Amino acid sequence: MSKPRLVLIGNGMAGVRTIEELLKIAPDHYEITIFGAEPHPNYNRILLSPVLAGEMTVPEIVLNELDWYASNGITLHTGKQVVAIDRIRRKVIADDGSEAPYDRLLIATGSTPFMLPIPGNDLPGVIGYRDIKDTDEMIATAKVHKHAVVIGGGLLGLEAANGLKLRGMDVTVVHIGPWLLERQLDETAGRMLQQSLEDKGLKFLLQKHTEMLVQGVSGRVAAVRFKDGMQIPADLVVMAAGIRPNYALAEKSGIYCNRGIVVNDTMQTYDPKIYAVGECVSHRGIAYGLVAPLFEQAKVAANHLAGYGIGRYTGSVTSTKLKVTGIDLFSAGDFMGGKDTEEIVLNDPHGGVYKKLVIKDNKLVGGVMYGDTADGPWYFQLLKDARDIHDIRDSLIFGQSLVGDVGHAGNSKAAAMADSAEVCGCNGVTKGTIVKAIKEQGLFTLDEVKKHTKAASSCGSCAGLVEQILASTIGGAYTPAASDKKPICGCTEHSHQKVREAIRNEHLTTKEAVFAELGWTTPNGCEKCRPAINYYLISTWPHEAKDDPQSRLINERSHANIQKDGTYSVVPRMWGGLTTPAELRAIADVAEKYQVPTVKVTGGQRIDLLGIKKEDLPAVWADLNAAGMVSGHAYGKSIRTVKTCVGAEHCRFGTQLAMDMGVKLEKMLFDMYAPHKVKLAVSGCPRNCAEAGIKDVGVIGVDSGYELYVGGNGGIKTEVAQFLCKVKSDEEVMEYSGAFLELYRQEAWYLERTCHWLDRVGLDYVKGRIVEDEDGRRTLYAGLVAALKDAKDPWSTSREAQPVKQFIPITVAA
Amino acid sequence: MSHWKLICKLEDIPALGSRIVRPPKGGDIAIFRTSDDKVFALHDKCPHKGGPLSQGLVHGERVTCPLHGWNIGLADGQAVAPDVGGCDRFDVKLENGEVWLAI
Repeated sequence: MSKPRLVLIGNGMAGVRTIEELLKIAPDHYEITIFGAEPHPNYNRILLSPVLAGEMTVPEIVLNELDWYASNGITLHTGKQVVAIDRIRRKVIADDGSEAPYDRLLIATGSTPFMLPIPGNDLPGVIGYRDIKDTDEMIATAKVHKHAVVIGGGLLGLEAANGLKLRGMDVTVVHIGPWLLERQLDETAGRMLQQSLEDKGLKFLLQKHTEMLVQGVSGRVAAVRFKDGMQIPADLVVMAAGIRPNYALAEKSGIYCNRGIVVNDTMQTYDPKIYAVGECVSHRGIAYGLVAPLFEQAKVAANHLAGYGIGRYTGSVTSTKLKVTGIDLFSAGDFMGGKDTEEIVLNDPHGGVYKKLVIKDNKLVGGVMYGDTADGPWYFQLLKDARDIHDIRDSLIFGQSLVGDVGHAGNSKAAAMADSAEVCGCNGVTKGTIVKAIKEQGLFTLDEVKKHTKAASSCGSCAGLVEQILASTIGGAYTPAASDKKPICGCTEHSHQKVREAIRNEHLTTKEAVFAELGWTTPNGCEKCRPAINYYLISTWPHEAKDDPQSRLINERSHANIQKDGTYSVVPRMWGGLTTPAELRAIADVAEKYQVPTVKVTGGQRIDLLGIKKEDLPAVWADLNAAGMVSGHAYGKSIRTVKTCVGAEHCRFGTQLAMDMGVKLEKMLFDMYAPHKVKLAVSGCPRNCAEAGIKDVGVIGVDSGYELYVGGNGGIKTEVAQFLCKVKSDEEVMEYSGAFLELYRQEAWYLERTCHWLDRVGLDYVKGRIVEDEDGRRTLYAGLVAALKDAKDPWSTSREAQPVKQFIPITVAA
Repeated sequence: MSHWKLICKLEDIPALGSRIVRPPKGGDIAIFRTSDDKVFALHDKCPHKGGPLSQGLVHGERVTCPLHGWNIGLADGQAVAPDVGGCDRFDVKLENGEVWLAI
């Protein structure tokens, strides 16, 4: 049987993106034909402004080369405009008479510039700003003519004006509104923007009504005349007074339209065989004029075209970034505010910085930034996540503290960095390399940048910087997904949150059940989702879900840390950092017997034996077990160490028995797996020699009891732990910290450290569950104790249960 | 000339796992078993920084290197795009539950 036929009208970003998404999930489902009115393959329309400004060339902004169409078996008709859709015979007809039959039709005809209905709007020299042809005409005109007038002080108009100025023209921007970008900026920011652009040599005429365009003796446009009688010379007039969804073809074909092709949440039109995406559609009464929503729409449309029937598009919150070099401006959401909103404003006109955040019901609903937009992506994420900002309100306006992130020389503002500056210290990736990849490869998401450049793909501490670079390079096309909607990996559309909920609500206890229930697209997942699912299963259903060693990464599978040469390091547990002469003797014996090349004291108060061959691991464990020692879990997303100071046992300042408390905590938490590694510390007095302020749980003894701190981190992101509460007894320390860690184990996403989880949910939420809800706390604590009941040393169980031979190579005789 | 050598039984390799084979001349070879009991053999050296692929996580017909997370195709030994590189592959066959390797 032949394949069903899919025809796409409109060879632009939205349509082709949908085809790409479709090919990803159902590569052989359709025979695909694409019609494009322009003579080019699909290109990145949002980068036309850099082309006009002379910063890029047309070949650089092509997203899909002709090879791409050919290698995916797509029939491409360029330079052909579809003039009719015959819905009865199910075929489309192009202006050259060619026809293509369809079983499914996708309309992505985009939008057209709105040409003011005034006399002279069809004169030579009067153009819109939409495509390569318009851009070429502007570049050509700038070479021979002097005066340009841009009608419209919106994003597109300002980018056009900036480009024409750089091309040497004398440019005046005419704007009907009271300030520039009134749909993206409030008045203060609009005025600041105007000042900076005037400094660049642009002229502005605000609140001016254009009456007509005057023809010159050459036949070409020569001047613009306003209603107040004023007239200015113009050899080129660019109409940038808005765009209109291009739905004429659909409407003519009898498809229901209302200021756009009306689609439902699956991007389907009123004709069930016809879908539509992009700027031509009207979804819930909104036609989007920015690129960002297209990507979400494309995903949904592709899913339904592929016949999976999953996913709904429910609308987008968009953000704005003006792509004019040297001007930093960001706005998102409801930035004007109103009666029921509150505002936090930072205004430094001399320093050229203005920030306004709009808050409603303790949530960020919008914001404008001018001059310093470094935190734009962070605010946008908070907005999308609808995160309760009550606990960070005091410092919100100052942005996300990037203090403590290391590996990029303290840089926190991507725009100010030189192209040669190193952004990712792990993989040595510079800003220039990232920008180049974003432009040349057509990257739109952080994940794509990670894959192509490796930036932010190791420790991840520079992810914020990379996002800033992405946002400033692609402008309004940048749109992070809400955190709880980001897919775990390429195997699924589902987020960590969704998977956790399904495992709990549907009582799933095997990875196969998860894959089947949630429609995984790969037979057995990948290196990202499988360890996460295995953790969710065993933490949600302890003693019931069975641990799957093949879903664990090598360190947890071999209970040791792999090193760069393929050898392993072994760390026996030293409870609370305490050891004995007998243990030290046994460690020394192992080091000599197995010729361990390096013996090192770790940061967690124990001893690391580095350079052990894998085949020696079972024997090393046996020797250490024989001396009474067990695994230190130095390799796991699990409890690592409880660091202690000497406390009141010896110290003249000590107020509490820190070592004793530390050993008790470490014994309680033995063999506890978690979303990420977990470190604790107990100090006997506020001098805090055990450095409890940078641990996941820090306990500090005071004369009247203990202070508990949570969410500290000394590694990737130096983060000071936040005060949770004060307790009186050792038993309470166990109960509160146990309950806190159980909540983290149950609700954090895999690979989220406690500090990142707290960033996401807020300290208030955690206090509510642990400090204020006594019954809830007891239940959580009991859950942890039950989960860790009968915990066994993984070294001895591994030696006994798992066939040890898997550690031994198979030798082949000559 | 390579010769078929009997290596082990299929069940000696864990499903979605691997074993190391050490030939007389050295140069460890990793043999992999997928969830549907296909077997593959690659030089146990990731094209990126030489990581032991035998210690990686097997999924579908790919293995993820344990050192820096490159994905390598089990059938062709080639890195999955956008990474570029490859390692040697070896013929391997399964007969009556026994794994044979051409070395």
